[in-house]
Amino acid sequence: MSLSNKALQLDDEQRLLHFLTIDGLDRSILTEILDTAEGFTGVSERTIKKVPLCRGKVVANLFFENSTRTRTTFELAAKRLSADVLNLNISASATSKGETLLDTLRNLEAMHVDMFIVRHATSGAAHFIAQHADPGVGVINAGDGRHAHPTQAMLDMFTIRRHKGEFVGLRVAIVGDILHSRVARSQILALNTLGVSEVRVVAPQTLLPSDARSLGVHVYHDFDEGIRDVDVIIMLRLQKERMRGAMLPSEHEYFSLYGLTERRLALAKPDAIVMHPGPINRGVEMDSKVADGSKSVILQQVSYGIAIRMAIISMVIGTQNQRTQEVAV
Amino acid sequence: MKKKKKDITIRNGRVVDPGNGIDEVTDLHISGGKVLALGQPPENFQPLLEIDATDQIVCPGLIDLNVNLREPGNEHKATIASETACAARSGITTLCCTPDTLPVIDTPAVVGQIRHKARKAGYCRLLPQGALTKNLDGSHLSEMAALKAAGCIAVSNCYTPLANTLVQRRAMEYASTFNLLTIIRPEDQYLCNNGCAHEGKVADRLGLPGIPEAAETVAVARDLALAETTGAVIHFHALSSASAARTMAWAKREGRKVSADVAIHQLHLTELDLEGFDSNRHVRPPLRTDSDRDGLRKAVAENVIQAICSDHQPHEADAKSSPFPDTEPGISGLDTLLPLTLKLVEQGVMDLSSAIARLTCGPADILELPLGRLTPGYAADICIYDPNRQWHVSAEQIHSAGKNTPFTGWEMPGRVTHTLLKGRLVFHEERL
Repeated sequence: MSLSNKALQLDDEQRLLHFLTIDGLDRSILTEILDTAEGFTGVSERTIKKVPLCRGKVVANLFFENSTRTRTTFELAAKRLSADVLNLNISASATSKGETLLDTLRNLEAMHVDMFIVRHATSGAAHFIAQHADPGVGVINAGDGRHAHPTQAMLDMFTIRRHKGEFVGLRVAIVGDILHSRVARSQILALNTLGVSEVRVVAPQTLLPSDARSLGVHVYHDFDEGIRDVDVIIMLRLQKERMRGAMLPSEHEYFSLYGLTERRLALAKPDAIVMHPGPINRGVEMDSKVADGSKSVILQQVSYGIAIRMAIISMVIGTQNQRTQEVAV
Repeated sequence: MKKKKKDITIRNGRVVDPGNGIDEVTDLHISGGKVLALGQPPENFQPLLEIDATDQIVCPGLIDLNVNLREPGNEHKATIASETACAARSGITTLCCTPDTLPVIDTPAVVGQIRHKARKAGYCRLLPQGALTKNLDGSHLSEMAALKAAGCIAVSNCYTPLANTLVQRRAMEYASTFNLLTIIRPEDQYLCNNGCAHEGKVADRLGLPGIPEAAETVAVARDLALAETTGAVIHFHALSSASAARTMAWAKREGRKVSADVAIHQLHLTELDLEGFDSNRHVRPPLRTDSDRDGLRKAVAENVIQAICSDHQPHEADAKSSPFPDTEPGISGLDTLLPLTLKLVEQGVMDLSSAIARLTCGPADILELPLGRLTPGYAADICIYDPNRQWHVSAEQIHSAGKNTPFTGWEMPGRVTHTLLKGRLVFHEERL
């Protein structure tokens, strides 16, 4: 019943069937995604911003949880590949009428959708959909609960590679609410797979997973120590609810301990870059001067998000096309 | 129109009766629904039925301390008829059902209805647990004296937490007034915090909300203290951590009036089995670490944990067809209770006699009932199984209405061939 992440995501020829988590994927696949995305960055700069790779394919954006950035960049990515895009904001429709996830899925399959791009508040939702979808349908995880947000992690890797060239030798600090962050989980897996020399997480104990070290990171509670000599700083969004859940006393104390200021940034390597998956809480995670400063690559992350998502969509659709042809032959 | 019960002889089986220290190949004679004698029959004993048990194990019928049969209220999941029939096929002759039905088992009427349905089905002795609080609301005591008079053998609040520690204390005290055993699922609701997996490295990686070990150990420590204060006899159901098992070992050394059971799946599965988000492995309390499983195995082997139960929670397919955290917890466990326990013997965790004891005299002694032994005069509840037959778990092999098992594909040792309830054959395998 439960396939390994590798068996679920890759076929026998190591081609992407689904893209659900970085877990189980090796360096060559991640590098292939980055290289493919590299080829797509030019498309956005052309007068006609389209390539015909996915013409005639139907991609459904299945968002059970609100999102602006991720949904829009997926939509743009699919449209630039010439796919037809359905945007379904499910949180407001079917499930509130009592329809189960499986029924929603079956109804969309009946409309001959080729790919589901899924965001859901529950960990494991994308796995569930991939395990229950028709064999020819690809599933891309656009964020499930606290589990994974692999396309975000890949666009972050793309941004890092663009600025740093190589992964080997890099020190990366991820700062903030690691416990609830699907982004952090996927980033840590991607960074370690791509061979950086050190991944640090910086947070108070209440915002760390119970056994954070088992994720393959070094744990720091003191931001000044954790940021020292790093090449990349990734700041995570802090949900305001964390104050209510007795995880933090106040935004004020959080910012004073874990907010990124120019003073702290000076402790990192001189050519360090600052990243954030967005949306930013200015004055909570970072000072506006840092967010808008020369080391911030936050807006580039958004642009690269389109190229990365084009790469992943086209690779999964490409696998489907090749498999259909193989069956036909 | 009471039929006279047949006299029966079970010939040449290996009789394993741990409660009486017996393990030998011999004959077992049954008369009037009761155990008559082992070995030589009394003079002039003429059985109407002979069962050849050559190369088979003959043991007391199994007692499962904690099962949810879903009736009344959730008959789409399972019914008393379906689950008691499944129990008979699985060698289980006594089931203690939990009070979290709809309506809750908090009035003699519901107890009567359940017992009536079980008697009508006729496969199994069904001993209901009553609700500790009215409608399991956690704040108002149930009418325990009436529940006991109606046939409840213990009281429990199942998964529902008590409103506060004072209610817990009063409930234990009141139950002890009537010598009613209080069964507790040790779980601190605040520490559980809507978790669905053991708080540890696997939940960390899969992003599943965690339930820390402390959710169990805090509750065990608190209720042990309350039991000492009140003098109540308590039983902890479904321990999941090695730490709680060590606390039980300490309590036993101190001579406390407390017992514990463990669900059989906790002795085989761990958090590592959650990879892939298989919702059939979503259980409460959650599957914990390798060392927890090993600690629980040790406690069972040393009789610190006196009973193994199925913690049977049958579900319809839809209950498990959602992303892992959104599914209903629980495993359909009746079919696999005996084979999974025998697997522990194969794996060298304990000897056969100890394994059978945890399913027979162990739970009987917790309930202080004259069951679970082949003592002459005791009800002839008997399980006969073939230890040399292996089978593979599949939906077709699961006879419970709930097919929600994580053991699909596992090879299981031991096949029940006959089950007798009060000297009556309630299951007999038709062999091809």
